Order: sequence, then C-alpha cells, then structure tokens
Amino acid sequence: MTRDTMNMNDVARRTRGSAWGFSITVLLLLFAVGCHKKTPPVVRPLPPPPPPTAQGGQRPPAPPEPVNEPTVVPPEPVAEDKIASSSLDDLNRNSPLKPVFFALDSDALTAENQKALEEDASILKRYATWTVTIEGHCDERGTAEYNLALGERRAVAARAYLVSLGISADRLRTVSYGKEFPFDPGHDEAAWSKNRRAHFVVTAK
Amino acid sequence: MMTKTILAAAAAALTIVAIPRAQQPPASQPQQPSEISTTIIGEPGAPPRLALPDFIAISKDGETVAIAKTITEVLRDDLEFEREFSFIPKDVMATVPPATGFNDIPFDRWRELNADGVIVGTVEKQTGGVRVQVRLYNVRTRAVAFPKEYTSANARLIAHTISDEIHKSQRALEGVARTKLTFSSDRDGERLGGTIEQREVKEIYIADYDGENQKRVTIGRTLNITPRWSPDARSIAYTSYRRGEPQIFVSHIYQGTMDEVTKGPGSGQNWLPAWSPDGQRICFSSTRGGGPAQLYVVNRDGSGLRRLTSDKWVNTTPTWSPSGNQIAFVSDRTGNPQIYIISADGAGTPQRISTSESYADKPSWSPPPYNEIAYTARTGPGNDIKIVDMATRVVRQITFGEGTNESPTWAPNGRHFAFMSTRSGKEQIFTIDRLGKGLKQITKTGNNQQPDWSR
Repeated sequence: MTRDTMNMNDVARRTRGSAWGFSITVLLLLFAVGCHKKTPPVVRPLPPPPPPTAQGGQRPPAPPEPVNEPTVVPPEPVAEDKIASSSLDDLNRNSPLKPVFFALDSDALTAENQKALEEDASILKRYATWTVTIEGHCDERGTAEYNLALGERRAVAARAYLVSLGISADRLRTVSYGKEFPFDPGHDEAAWSKNRRAHFVVTAK
Repeated sequence: MMTKTILAAAAAALTIVAIPRAQQPPASQPQQPSEISTTIIGEPGAPPRLALPDFIAISKDGETVAIAKTITEVLRDDLEFEREFSFIPKDVMATVPPATGFNDIPFDRWRELNADGVIVGTVEKQTGGVRVQVRLYNVRTRAVAFPKEYTSANARLIAHTISDEIHKSQRALEGVARTKLTFSSDRDGERLGGTIEQREVKEIYIADYDGENQKRVTIGRTLNITPRWSPDARSIAYTSYRRGEPQIFVSHIYQGTMDEVTKGPGSGQNWLPAWSPDGQRICFSSTRGGGPAQLYVVNRDGSGLRRLTSDKWVNTTPTWSPSGNQIAFVSDRTGNPQIYIISADGAGTPQRISTSESYADKPSWSPPPYNEIAYTARTGPGNDIKIVDMATRVVRQITFGEGTNESPTWAPNGRHFAFMSTRSGKEQIFTIDRLGKGLKQITKTGNNQQPDWSR
C-alpha cells in the first residue's frame, strides 16, 4: 500500500471518529433534555392502528411484542477477526506478533523472549498461511557495518526458536536492517532497548 | 592523473586543456615533469611561503570577475588543505597593490613580506567559459616555476586542477583536489510506505572532496547504504534493499546504468562491497551459505563467485590492502567484533589486528607511503576513530568522544580520512588529517553516513 492510501485511510478513520463523537453528543443532549422534563416512567405507546386493508376488514390487534433481555453472546474474537480481515499494512501496524528484545551486542534469547516467541508461534499456527519476515534491528551504539551482521544474528535466533516450536522455516524469512531503522530515535537506554529487536512483519496471508 | 582528468571531464561535461607553456622536455627524459623549471623552497624546516593575490580578471564583466574570485578562493583552500605551503595572510596581501597582468607583478613587495613564491593568474572570458593563465614565480629569482593555461566553464575544477598540478610539480605530492566522496543520506526526507513506524529512505550521494557539488546518484526509494568508489572513480558499488533483501549493486554514475552483482534465489543477504585495487573484483559479506555472514569475492560483473571464509562466526566489513594481497575484515569470533587480516585468497589463519578495545569495526587500509589501518573503536558509550601503524602496531586515537565517530575512509594519498560523526547533532561527514588536525564538516543536510573517498 502506498503512503497516499495510508493517508486516505487515516483521514477516513478520523472522519469516522468525529461522526461517532457527534452521535454521542446528540444522545447525551437528548438524555439531558429528558431528565430536565422529569417525564414519568415510559409507557409503551399502543401500536398504531393497522392501516385499512384492501378488504376493508379489521384484524385483531397484534400480540404485544415480547420484552426480553437481549442474550449475552460470548464476545467475538474481535482481534482475530480484525487480523483475518485487515490488510497487511493494518495488520502489521497493530503488530499481532510480538517483537523480542535483546541485550547490547547480544543475540541471546532470554526466558522472556522465549515466552513471547511461544505466543508468536501459536498465532502462526492459527494462521497457517501467513508468511513472515523477521527483521533484525540494532541500537546506535554498535557500528553501522557490524550491526548489519548482528541484526541478522538476532533475526536468525528468533527464527530458529520458532522453527524449534514447529513453525516451518519456509514461512520465516530474515532480513537485517542493522541500525538503519531505529524504532525510537532517542539517544538513551530507553530508546536503545526498543531498538535492539527482532521484529515481525507479515508479508502474505 | 589521466583517470582524474577523465573523471573530471565526464563529471562536469566539459573539457580542460592543460597546455604547458614551458618547453617540452626531450622524449628521452620521460621521468622529468615537463613544467618544472624551478622549485620554490622555504626557509629550512618551514614550508614554502606563498603569496596568492586575487586572480586578475582581464575581462571586466561581472561573471569573469566572480570566476576569478572563486578560482583564487578554491585554489587557496585546496593548497592549504595539504599544508605543503604557508600563505601570507589575506589582510597583509591586501596592502600590496594588485598587478594588472604578468608584466607588473610587485616582486619587491612580496619579497618584503617574506614570500618565497607568488602565484599569479589571469582570467579572460572566451566562448563557453574562461581562459585562465597561471604562473608560480620564485620571488627572489623571478623564475617561473609553473606556467599553465586552462580553458573551462568550471571555475572550481580549474582551481582544483591547478592545485593538484602545483602539488605534483612542486612537492611531488598527489593532491586530492579532484577526488570525490560518496556517502549514504536521508536528506530527501522520503519515507518508505507500509510499515508501522517511519522509515527514512536513504540514497547514495556524491560530493567533491571539499563538500561542494553534492549530488544524488541513486533513485532506489529504499535503503541504499555502504557505497564504495570503484578505483577508476566511475562506478559506485553499494548495498541496496530495493529487492527486499540487501544485494550488491554497482551504479555507473556517468552512464546512468546499473549492474546487480548479487541477485536471485539463494543469494541471501549481501552487504558491504569492497573493490579490489585493480577494480576487477568485489569482496563482500553474505549470508548465502546459511549461518552468520561470511566473506565472498566475485568479479565485478557478478561472475566467478568464490567463498573466502567458512566458519561459525560473523566475518564482515572487508577492505583490501593497497597491494591487493590481503584483506582486512571484522569477525566476532572472540565475542565482539575485532579486526583481522587474511590473504586475499582466503588461505591461512586470520591474524588479529585490533587489540586495544572491546569492539572494533570498519578497517580502512591507507595507501603508500603510509601503511596504517584506520578503524572505528568503541571507547565509551560511543565510538572513536583510531589508527594502527601496521609496521609497529602502535595505535593512535584521533577523535575523543565528541559525539560518536565511525566509518573512516582514506584519501587516496593517505594524508586525510573522512568519517561520520554526530558531534554537530545529526550524523554528518567530516574530513580530518591523519594526525587529527584540520577537521572540516562536509555535509550539513539530513543524516549522512558511511563515506568513501575516491581515488
């Protein structure tokens, strides 16, 4: 998807947002007006008289509408539906697959990394048609040149663990960006720790 | 010299004609530079001291006057860059009445100011540019050391050529005034689409060695990094992500054509091309074998691929020795990256070069007469540039924690190197001499990284 289309989507989303806001405002206003008038409890109005029929005869009044509590339906797997239906860009923007973060100069997977990758593996098992690019990234303290290889080491470490969990290696491509695409442009450990990562991008559904 | 002239001519799409006015030496003495009739020397232990009054505009139109001024300024900058001469200060020179040509040069005034030599130039308008005559005089003997004539429309290129020829004839030095830098830049502010965060496109740029004439030479709209000049300075090899995975490309920047040196299924990720000194082969780092990146060598047209290293460690960031017999590279076999050398055919055990830091990368091997490797060293939270003398293994540090400093690349005469530094805020290219003097900022727009200096 091009940048232009993304911008249009953004506009559409923003427009939709303001429409919702407007509707909510109207509802609140109506509610306020209702309260002010202190109207008595609602009396269900009688059904309007049936229109005269071609036969001209009168029908018995319709039976009262049943008043039931709406049935609570277990929540839809909303996120999953969104995942299934959204475009790749939307999908990747919402990051269904968790990145894993590394220590300085390291490609070693921590227990926390392994937990994240296990969750990623279960998503990849559920969406068995997905193919994924694992991007390796580094922080700015390493050098631009070596970081290309270190980023690859990180991506490969993440892929190897996913493969050990039963994900086919064919579905997992790796690419290293070294320190060329920092997620956080800051120059402190808070930024660096976000930038030392293996990051997942879904490339086909 | 021939290469540089060809490059310069092609780059500017103009022709420079250098016509030595001194008599040509007999053909039986090819070793003798043709134009040397005298050499300007200074006081013992001091560089020759030169006067460089403004070039004289023979044509009085504004354009010619401006060209004369530009040539004077650029020539002075070029000559000062190598520090082979000292100059009479501009304000002192301003007290000397200007000559109107070669016939009324105030030699006695220059002699009073303790000049050893004076450079006098005239600029005359002619069709398609200017005609420039230059002479370097010995102030004491009034002998002409350097009589030359040039025609061109490119004032800066005329000045660069004069500088290189004066350095060559007077100091036996190969000047770098007509060399160029290439680097990767995000200055266009273009962004890649379709990702969760903002990613800047990076393109390959070139610039004159002094930072002038910065031009973009790729339109990849992707990540284009680690550019390297071919030895003839007509092509640039670089790493491009335009096919998704990083591949080695060669752009022939004066022809507008491009070769894909690595491509196709199974080629893996490929980074950091480095030309052999003869320009026939490219060494690079690739993951094609599975496992960590290893060194490979390929012919410049993509044929004849050969693997140089085969181990379980990262082997990357290659550079050739000036003779082409050895390759310096970076390996993390001790845990962190360090610099090693192997023979260019890959035989033998890698020999470790960097020993004084926990992390070292991006070796750049200086040309003769020096035999040094400049590299990036981790010195604290950031990196600094260090240089190791290959004969003594003595290491000297050049930068000291002003921002982070990376990716040194030698000028072709080994007297300066360019590098990336964040000392002024963003990532910018700087040049500095081999002893750490004369820092000069080359780029100012956007982030600029991974410089390489042409021959």
